[in-house]
Amino acid sequence: MKKYDAIVIGAGHNGLTNAAYLAKAGLDVLVVEKNPYIGGATVSRELHEGWKYSNCSYVCSLLRPEIARDLELPRHGLQVQPYGGGVTFCRNGDHFLYYEDHERLYREIARHSKRDANAYDRYGADVIKQTRLIRPFLLRTPPDPSSFKPRDLMELRHLAKAFMELGEEGLADTLRFWTMSIGDYLDGYFETDVVKAHLAGSGIIGTALGVYSPGTAYVLLHHYMGDVDGNVGAWGFARGGMGAIANALAASLQSYGGEIRCAAEVTQIMVRNGKTTGVALANGDEVQADIVVSNLDPKRTFLNIMAESDLPADVVRKARNFKIRGSSGKLNIALDGLPTFNGLENVDTSMIGEMHFSDSLAHMERAYDDWKDETWSKEPYLDMLIPTQYDPTMAPPGKHMMTVFVQYAPPTIDGRDWTDEDRDNFGKTVIDTIANYSPNFKELILHAEVRSPRELENEVGLTEGNIFMGELTFDQLLFNRPFPGYAQYRGPVKGMYMCSSGTHPGGGVMAAPGANAAREILRDLKHPNIVPGAYADD
Amino acid sequence: MTDTAPANPGTAPRVLHTPFHSRTKVANKMERWEVWQGYNTAACYTDVELEYFAIRSNTGVFDLSPMVKYRIQGADAADYVDRLLTRNIRKLGTDRVAYVAICNDAGNVIDDGTLFRFADNEFRLCTQEHVLDWLLWSAEGFDVTVYDETADVAALAVQGPTSCQTLRRMGLDGLQELKPFGMAHYELEGIPLMVSRTGFTGDLGYELWLAPEHAETVWDRVFANTRQRTVRPIGSHALDLARIEAGFIAAGVDFVPAEQIVRNGRGRSPLELGLEWLVDFSKPVFNGRQALLQQRDKGPRYRLAKLSVEGNKPAEHAFIYCRGREVGTVTSAAWCPSAKSNFALASIKTPYGRERDPLKAEIYYMRELHWTRTMAKCEIVNEPVFNPPRRLQTPAPDA
Ligand SMILES: Cc1cc2nc3c(=O)[nH]c(=O)nc-3n(C[C@H](O)[C@H](O)[C@H](O)COP(=O)(O)OP(=O)(O)OC[C@H]3O[C@@H](n4cnc5c(N)ncnc54)[C@H](O)[C@@H]3O)c2cc1C
Repeated sequence: MKKYDAIVIGAGHNGLTNAAYLAKAGLDVLVVEKNPYIGGATVSRELHEGWKYSNCSYVCSLLRPEIARDLELPRHGLQVQPYGGGVTFCRNGDHFLYYEDHERLYREIARHSKRDANAYDRYGADVIKQTRLIRPFLLRTPPDPSSFKPRDLMELRHLAKAFMELGEEGLADTLRFWTMSIGDYLDGYFETDVVKAHLAGSGIIGTALGVYSPGTAYVLLHHYMGDVDGNVGAWGFARGGMGAIANALAASLQSYGGEIRCAAEVTQIMVRNGKTTGVALANGDEVQADIVVSNLDPKRTFLNIMAESDLPADVVRKARNFKIRGSSGKLNIALDGLPTFNGLENVDTSMIGEMHFSDSLAHMERAYDDWKDETWSKEPYLDMLIPTQYDPTMAPPGKHMMTVFVQYAPPTIDGRDWTDEDRDNFGKTVIDTIANYSPNFKELILHAEVRSPRELENEVGLTEGNIFMGELTFDQLLFNRPFPGYAQYRGPVKGMYMCSSGTHPGGGVMAAPGANAAREILRDLKHPNIVPGAYADD
Repeated sequence: MTDTAPANPGTAPRVLHTPFHSRTKVANKMERWEVWQGYNTAACYTDVELEYFAIRSNTGVFDLSPMVKYRIQGADAADYVDRLLTRNIRKLGTDRVAYVAICNDAGNVIDDGTLFRFADNEFRLCTQEHVLDWLLWSAEGFDVTVYDETADVAALAVQGPTSCQTLRRMGLDGLQELKPFGMAHYELEGIPLMVSRTGFTGDLGYELWLAPEHAETVWDRVFANTRQRTVRPIGSHALDLARIEAGFIAAGVDFVPAEQIVRNGRGRSPLELGLEWLVDFSKPVFNGRQALLQQRDKGPRYRLAKLSVEGNKPAEHAFIYCRGREVGTVTSAAWCPSAKSNFALASIKTPYGRERDPLKAEIYYMRELHWTRTMAKCEIVNEPVFNPPRRLQTPAPDA
């Protein structure tokens, strides 16, 4: 059988990005994917005739524009359109509308509290300070703080310089921001429950932490540090669903001569004499390559498809202790028409991107209590959108598709695995929550895909269904992601690399881990770098 | 202690109209609107130049209602504003107005504004920006209420050499005796009207403050018997030209309000904005005092320079150089029609911007798709380029 220069395990968007850069650099690259389709958590599939669901990720902001441009994703069919605004419904019948327009947002917050409306400026400035600090590091390899290599020292200096530029107060604020809870953070600005609840969602999405758990302020940043066309913090839809990103990446990869093999599950990364030699597939095939890159999360990479005996014991221990906890679920719903919402009868809902149904931090914390009790939230936090208001390609004319991200869903129920019945009841809880605010919602439902952490783990291969492939807490960020000593995309075995969301800068459809890993591989091959650096913020 | 705006379920208005809207809408022949703190206001009613010259040779009338206004009252109100502001408020008499700066504890300007004293412990603070959050944090520990009364007070600026005459003709007897920065209380056909001799034009001028329900009546009275077009509504463009000519700074233009700053070091202290005269270090305590003291001793990092720029091309956003070194940026600039001066305000790094420094502005201008770059000599001027005696005369002249 043919020997490749490099094999990438997994056709998630990071695997595809990594492979595209290796192919672009002239390497002979093969991507092997266990599913019969590509994309991993960046996928859109038709599960109900005429409707396309983005089964996992559903909105786009983090995707690095430098990479989208460099790999010519627009030419390969990718279109990303921003959406604005959002709403949080209150149990008392009122609501809070979030507008992109500064003046209108001021007036809406002022309807709840004039003080909060004013404080929002301070909040906005403080959050932007943090995004400005982190953004330049997304397309850089984290320095190894214990190394004395010139490059690490230079990178450390670069990091230190960015911190010093914040000034004394900025430095203190940054340390607070990276470690504190989103609840505490928002309490420092706002007095209105619903305003805080609306903003806090970004701090808990995808994480097994509550709004008052330390570390959630950083998670918020992770949702704010992206951009659409330079508007930092803005989110958008990929036309045709998030799968369009994976498809464009695949087309780009193929344009450089790379190959993708689907329905090809890797059972083993083969290692001989401390060097990778290729992969073994579930069907018994073996494919040879000196370079093997894993797009799987660190647990699956080191504990499932590598022999522990091939690994330093330290790495095995670190992989076992890696924090990756399931906390989320997802519903995708085919609708016969556009639902109406209480109190929004006179509001143009196409002005409203996202809808939420938790009106206080206490409400959200209770949802987290259920997770700790090993059951799904009885009053869950939902991030719900109707992309077909903007995108005509995902449902037949006049029909709609709804995507509902659900926080929280634990990896196991009362100490046992999820059953189909649990999953259906979980789906019902979510549908009932929305129906409380939308009188005609239930009647419009034609089909629903309900995904608990069990489905996310089994189908996508995300351990426990953790969407970020590892908690985004400070102990697992930057040069500690996935673990200390292994943050520069190189595995413990020669020729073996990591490119998944489990590496810096973490989860989300960002393509940065894949690109950064490619840069390191090319470096080891003494190939000139072709992976772009970050645009200057300003 | 807190703002007592009632809960108001429903939806926030898409756009706000000032209490004068029924009148400004008719007057706004050009339909050039812009948004000011959420209110639709006229950028220009008919012609910017005509409007500007109304301010300088007749009377210009500007709808000031969107100006943010806070009512401050309570047993500790005087102590509170004295701590809040860098100026010594104890010296401010009842029915007097003071131009003031609000600083944060780092000594950077959150906003500038005007403080009206109605009684020992009753004030109105007018600001360009919303600053309620800071006002309320600063109010902790004081027996004081602070609330946003922006929508409860309509305001009209009546500015220009004939402004006093115009208002007296309208029935404000004795207005000529009102001193600059004084306040007077009138009743006009039963309408309570507060008049202050204040403004943003650097000219003779007044501001009228009234309840919104009387706005239309008062507007009509101001414009009654003005067939010679000696009284004109003016839009924001004309006003901005007048304020640059007067050398006044504007929040968000000549400095970034401290609470909105993202980049470290972009704040400006009063000492760096030519507002040292607003800072009374003899007060033992006020917001920003410590930082400002330090800065006074170490020397400010910037100075705001008034520049007379060679040639006639406005130096908008120009870099300022001193002997080839880039030392600052222009924040406001205009060709000033009354002063016949090409004037600019520039933020310049110290020690540059000294009287004898040979400063140059790098000005770009485009004519028919052709960019031209000039290096224009700049001269530091200490006095406003336009400062007519009538501005401060009491009794106020008729024209
Ligand atoms: C429900 C959900 C909602 C989300 N919402 C958003 C969102 O709106 N916006 C956003 O930016 N991010 C979102 N995320 C996060 C984001 O989707 C992921 O962080 C990102 O897609 C992960 O990409 P990846 O390439 O690192 O890994 P993956 O996409 O997980 O790719 C790994 C690939 O490896 C394959 N694989 C696994 N095991 C094997 C094996 N043994 N052999 C071969 N192949 C294998 C998998 O099938 C998969 O294709 C969401 C995630 C989830 C789960």
